[in-house]
Amino acid sequence: MPEGGRKRIHFSKIYSFSCFKSSYRDGHSQIGQKGYSRVVYCNDPDNIEAIQLNYGGNYVSTTKYTAFNFIPKSLFEQFRRVANIYFLVVACVSFSPLAPYTASSIAAPLVAVIGATMAKEAVEDWRRRKQDIEANNRKVQVYGRNHTFVGTRWKKLRVGDVIKVYKDEYFPSDLLLLSSSYGDGVCYVETMNLDGETNLKLKHALEVTTSLNDEKSLQKFRAMVKCEDPNENLYSFIGTLKYEGVEYPLSLQRILLRDSKLRNTEYIYGVVIFTGQDTKVMQNSIDPPSKRSKIERKMDEIIYILFSALILISFIGSLFFGVNTQKDISSDGNYIRWYLHPDDSTVFFDPRRAGLASILHFLTALMLYGYLIPISLYVSIEVVKVLQSIFINQDQEMYFEESDRPAHARTSNLNEELGQVDTILSDKTGTLTCNSMEFVKCSIGGIPYGRGITEVEKALARRAKDGESKTDAYSSDFLSQSSDAVDSQKPIKGFNFKDERIMNGQWINEPHPDIIEKFFRVLAICHTAIPDEDKASGEISYEAESPDEAAFVIAARELGFEFFSRTQTNISLHELNHERGKKVDRVYQLLHVLEFSSSRKRMSVIVRSEENIILLLCKGADSVMFERLSQHGREFEAETNDHIKRYSEAGLRTLVITYRELGEEEYNLWDKEFSKAKTSLAADRDTLVDAAADKMERDLILLGATAVEDKLQKGVPECIEKLAKAGIKLWVLTGDKMETAVNIGYACSLLRQDMKQIVITLDSSDILSLEKQGDKEALAKASHESIEKQIEEGILQIKSSKESSGTEKESFSFGLIIDGRSLEYSLGNGLEKSFFKLASNCATVICCRSSPKQKARVTKLVKLETGKTTLSIGDGANDVGMLQEADIGVGISGAEGMQAVMASDYSIGQFRFLERLLLVHGHWCYRRISMMICYFFYKNIAFGFTLFWFEAYASFSGQAAYNDWYMSCYNVFFTSLPVIALGVFDQDVSAKLCQKHPFLYLEGVENTLFSWTRIIGWMLNGVISSLLIFFLTTNSVLNQAFTKDGQVVDFEILGVIMYTCAIWVVNCQMALSINYFTWIQHFFIWGSIVIWYVFLLIYGYMSPTTSTTAYRVFVEACAPSASYWLITLFVVICVLIPYFCYRAFQSRFLPMYHDIIQRKQVEGTEFEISDELPKQVQGKLINMRERLKQREG
Amino acid sequence: MDLDGGSSSTISTGARAIPGRPVRHGALYQFTQQNLPACKPVLTPAAVISTFLLMGFIFIPVGLVTLRASYSVVEIVDRYDIECVPEEYRSNKVAYVKDDSVSKNCSRFLKVPKSMRAPIFIYYQLDNYYQNHRRYVKSRTDRQLLHGLGYNDTSSCRPLESSDDLPIVPCGLIAWSLFNDTYKFSRGPSELKVNRKDIAWKSDRNHKFGKHVYPFNFQNGTLTGGAKLDPTIPLSDQEDLIVWMRTAALPTFRKLYGRIEEDLEADDVIVVNLKNNYNTYSFGGKKKIVLSTSSWLGGKNDFLGIANLFVGSFSILISIIFLVLHLKSPRPYGDTAYASWNKKSISS
Repeated sequence: MPEGGRKRIHFSKIYSFSCFKSSYRDGHSQIGQKGYSRVVYCNDPDNIEAIQLNYGGNYVSTTKYTAFNFIPKSLFEQFRRVANIYFLVVACVSFSPLAPYTASSIAAPLVAVIGATMAKEAVEDWRRRKQDIEANNRKVQVYGRNHTFVGTRWKKLRVGDVIKVYKDEYFPSDLLLLSSSYGDGVCYVETMNLDGETNLKLKHALEVTTSLNDEKSLQKFRAMVKCEDPNENLYSFIGTLKYEGVEYPLSLQRILLRDSKLRNTEYIYGVVIFTGQDTKVMQNSIDPPSKRSKIERKMDEIIYILFSALILISFIGSLFFGVNTQKDISSDGNYIRWYLHPDDSTVFFDPRRAGLASILHFLTALMLYGYLIPISLYVSIEVVKVLQSIFINQDQEMYFEESDRPAHARTSNLNEELGQVDTILSDKTGTLTCNSMEFVKCSIGGIPYGRGITEVEKALARRAKDGESKTDAYSSDFLSQSSDAVDSQKPIKGFNFKDERIMNGQWINEPHPDIIEKFFRVLAICHTAIPDEDKASGEISYEAESPDEAAFVIAARELGFEFFSRTQTNISLHELNHERGKKVDRVYQLLHVLEFSSSRKRMSVIVRSEENIILLLCKGADSVMFERLSQHGREFEAETNDHIKRYSEAGLRTLVITYRELGEEEYNLWDKEFSKAKTSLAADRDTLVDAAADKMERDLILLGATAVEDKLQKGVPECIEKLAKAGIKLWVLTGDKMETAVNIGYACSLLRQDMKQIVITLDSSDILSLEKQGDKEALAKASHESIEKQIEEGILQIKSSKESSGTEKESFSFGLIIDGRSLEYSLGNGLEKSFFKLASNCATVICCRSSPKQKARVTKLVKLETGKTTLSIGDGANDVGMLQEADIGVGISGAEGMQAVMASDYSIGQFRFLERLLLVHGHWCYRRISMMICYFFYKNIAFGFTLFWFEAYASFSGQAAYNDWYMSCYNVFFTSLPVIALGVFDQDVSAKLCQKHPFLYLEGVENTLFSWTRIIGWMLNGVISSLLIFFLTTNSVLNQAFTKDGQVVDFEILGVIMYTCAIWVVNCQMALSINYFTWIQHFFIWGSIVIWYVFLLIYGYMSPTTSTTAYRVFVEACAPSASYWLITLFVVICVLIPYFCYRAFQSRFLPMYHDIIQRKQVEGTEFEISDELPKQVQGKLINMRERLKQREG
Repeated sequence: MDLDGGSSSTISTGARAIPGRPVRHGALYQFTQQNLPACKPVLTPAAVISTFLLMGFIFIPVGLVTLRASYSVVEIVDRYDIECVPEEYRSNKVAYVKDDSVSKNCSRFLKVPKSMRAPIFIYYQLDNYYQNHRRYVKSRTDRQLLHGLGYNDTSSCRPLESSDDLPIVPCGLIAWSLFNDTYKFSRGPSELKVNRKDIAWKSDRNHKFGKHVYPFNFQNGTLTGGAKLDPTIPLSDQEDLIVWMRTAALPTFRKLYGRIEEDLEADDVIVVNLKNNYNTYSFGGKKKIVLSTSSWLGGKNDFLGIANLFVGSFSILISIIFLVLHLKSPRPYGDTAYASWNKKSISS
């Protein structure tokens, strides 16, 4: 038999092409074909076939480097930076006599720069490695050869092993469920790490394997699984199990995925099917990419420009040098510049070989003008970014107290990218929402209960308040706060219901206490949740399939219907009896559960009460429920319908609650039918069951409706509004249902009532009917056409609305909602372009039911199509692909699952911190880094070009104007610290104003501070500065004595004067261009200048052989000379005038955003509120207003 | 009352210190929160105008003072390299200067335009002479100058490190090309005393040139360069050499020759008897003799003063232009700017 299996694999390779199409109809018939060739020999490690298959082990690695490839790979990373290559070449050449400077002074900085960066990479990767080691060494129980379970490490698992996983443990690999501690082979699984959903999922084992639940029975267990090859699709699985000669089809129902967690089940037995990198969760993760920011990539381009400049001036220099050198011996053999001894020269200055000399000189010049390329730029930026990251980590405003999580910059590469985000792609569950449902309102018997105010209502109120006067807004604001303040009890998770009319047993005094009782009884019984009693406190918590359900049970509990025990057949409640007014225990016999499905949109249970009445309790979506009401059950239909409408406008999820009493006979008849349908083996079993259930769920009596809020995280709507004002687009990519996603869209003001929605979906009737026929080819074609049509329609709709409102500024805004399956078609088959065109014209895009891979693909599409910076934010392992694909990945460090955080670049505690991360830190970092880079180029050009001008007066011989050591220290001591201070501390406007004026962020999105004009402007400024420095200095001291005692300026003194001017100029230029002076800036800027003088003094006092040209030059020559000081003053101010003029005129007549805000601030129209005072002031204000209200009331 | 309790509690949670984190006050907290007290200069029109005016009011007086200093200096410049070549050699000056048999004596008559106070500095000025050429600058050994023959590594002096297998002190191109024109001055019948001491930097004499290092094997090669040195005088006293070896920065330069320590009156005629030995003819350089007094600022140099005046007046002009434009053009600020942040300002 196994042989046959092998053969089939081989044949499949040959026939795969022809077989593929014919077998497309049914997934299961593809087993053994291409893409479905995996064979797993269960519990049979010695099987030769199994050994031959040699599937990989369960070892996983998420690191970027390994111990072996670290050196080459990280070196490669380093030398992706062009400047580093240049410095490497220069360092090599510098050991030849061509070098104008000493070799060590050129090589040392390079080694330091590269070493530091590599060390940083190593540390970052080491952290990832530790995580892997932890995961790989977790313990799991494996069924061994001696027929017992033994503990093994995760990484040693092999395909085909039978393992035992206990409650609350993670599955180490993808497993086939064999059996569980429950007799019927079910188990509950939490897939938080896979799709971010916290609800429990029910998995069933095959009936034939459920008996394999002890070591003895496993002894003889041998089976073969044939299934699909490793793939990333989390929502499908196709395979067969061959056990005892019979083939059973396997579906996702039988599969337990790695990184999900076993819950509410003591233990399970499973067979390992996919290991390590083959598991679906690993297939979903893309290699951690090395991300580089756009600015850094642009910086490379600037460096290319500088290289061109370098080569150009070197070439010019060599040309002149060659000509001059050649002329040293005239045609008649005379020596022109005889003092150079041209007849007896080395090759570098040989007039007879002037061509060669000038080529060699070209190399010398490349080194000489090497100061144009700022070597310390990269290392300075690294330092600055690390310091910036520390500030991000330290920011108290982004510290989430509840979970004790500060913001954390996990990579420092992307700080400035935070200031340029164009599109945010956000996960929903756990990112925008807290991922907990709260029962807030209900309508019972046509009376609405519940006084809670939802986020949407708050948002609506806020929008309304913009139009009204301020005081009103305040009062409405504080009204909601005061109602919060009334509630002094501790908050209950999942329950945010306040209504004194029915709370604390008061409902018995309401008009219809019997209806209220029935209503909450339905909530307490009609569900699939499992109670979990805390032995110590006696408190009961619930494990439910969905958070909604949990919210219902909790609500029922809080209102006096406490569900406390569930057995296979019974559900027990503590109930408040409204007639007798005390608590009683009641047991309901559970007869049937008619499960929830997305097509049925309802769920029912049939129970027998203690009074022997058979009840059908049903809850479901309004769309399906109202048509099922009986004639006499419609008493409150109109009111309830009205309430439901209001609730859903308030962003709540609603369900209609009904019941029905069944007659004994009626039930028995139906029971038979239903059981028959359930046990039928026909292909249309599900249809039969649904039809049977449908028969019973009729003639219902309406009790009321519930409204549950998927609680938004604090501050999400405000944050989204701010981000929108900052010109950032927000896309929501969620695995949730469309209705839920749309509700949340409303709740966080992504979707508004005045928006037109464009919905792209495949839920149309013709597609559904095609699906039923099962013709996949036709289905794909039809789907594709349908999507194409819908997209076109959407584009047309937008176009027409734009045209119709062409004159008006305020055109309709559109919201695009698309589901996962449609997305699949939109992203492929040449539809991406038009899909993106549609999406980019919509203010809001919501993609529902999207898989992790789709999220990543959407991210990639946005990134590539816009070419702008994208930011992904998410909290679950399902977001990992998206986080890695985007330019920046931000992980929310939620309650559980650190996967997203591990894959992210930044992690924050709450979505609302994104506002500060982007608008404040992003803006600052972008500004700082771009200014810093511009300034870096400026200072090196300003300095480097003085060398060139000097060369022009030294017949381009390659003599540097300054002492070697002045120059070596230029980038290190005299100019770099102020730049770093700029990069770390500068602020154009304060954090408060950054957040107050989100449009300031546009400077980053539009990249105004790092545009080519600005960069070139700074470079030109550098060239002008160097020109002015050189010519003003030389002309001021030309020929003449510069001291009272008649001494003239020689080579050494001119170098010092020019160098002094250069130091002053670049540091004062810095002082001019920054807007924020703390003592740190003062210290660094003026300190750098002082250091130069100190250096000159100390260096000048060393012995003449060390200090050479600097020997006592300052004490003896410069300091006593009045003209030295006068020239310094004059040159420095002259050089700064062009920039100062530009800034003065620009900030007055063509101001940038930050200029405007700064001006306003100075003029006093903007108040910058300091940190401590306002809270108290605000508190007092609120107090006063409250008192006023009270008096008025 | 309930309400009060509620709201005050929110305040207290806001102000509560978070365990394990810096306290909410103090310099360190301000530092980590990037909230340090800072001065935030903004270019308001008033600030701009007053800055420019201030610059004007500083530079104009400074310029005037500098110019005055420059005007107080009396300077006599005389180019002699052409006229000191006899007529017959004018077509081939190089041959003249290289021919040792021809007398190089030459007399120049300088008229003193204004009275000159002592000390009067004597300079020679060379043009088109690249003392800053890399080959030239490097061609010396500081250690040998200090330690003499005791120091052997003279490779940087090549090709003038040795002659006839004997080392040269001082070696190298710079020393070898030492300037060798000499000047003698007389006023009327009497000779003017020229002080040729203390013309070099003190540090050079004391620390860079050895007190016990004597010239050795100097200018003995086949190719003679410039002046010869008296082998009995130590290098530290050879001030001509010391001055010469401080290489000039630019191809036109002056070097101090000596000082006249007598006052010269206006209309005095100074006779300079010079020996025109130095070969500047092969590279077309000029030779000049300069007599100059000095001010507190040094020699005669109008550039600094004029530049100061120019920049000062330019600043005032700019401030006026700015003022006019500011008053004429409407304010771009105001709330409208917030609502419709105009694209124009971005693109600029």
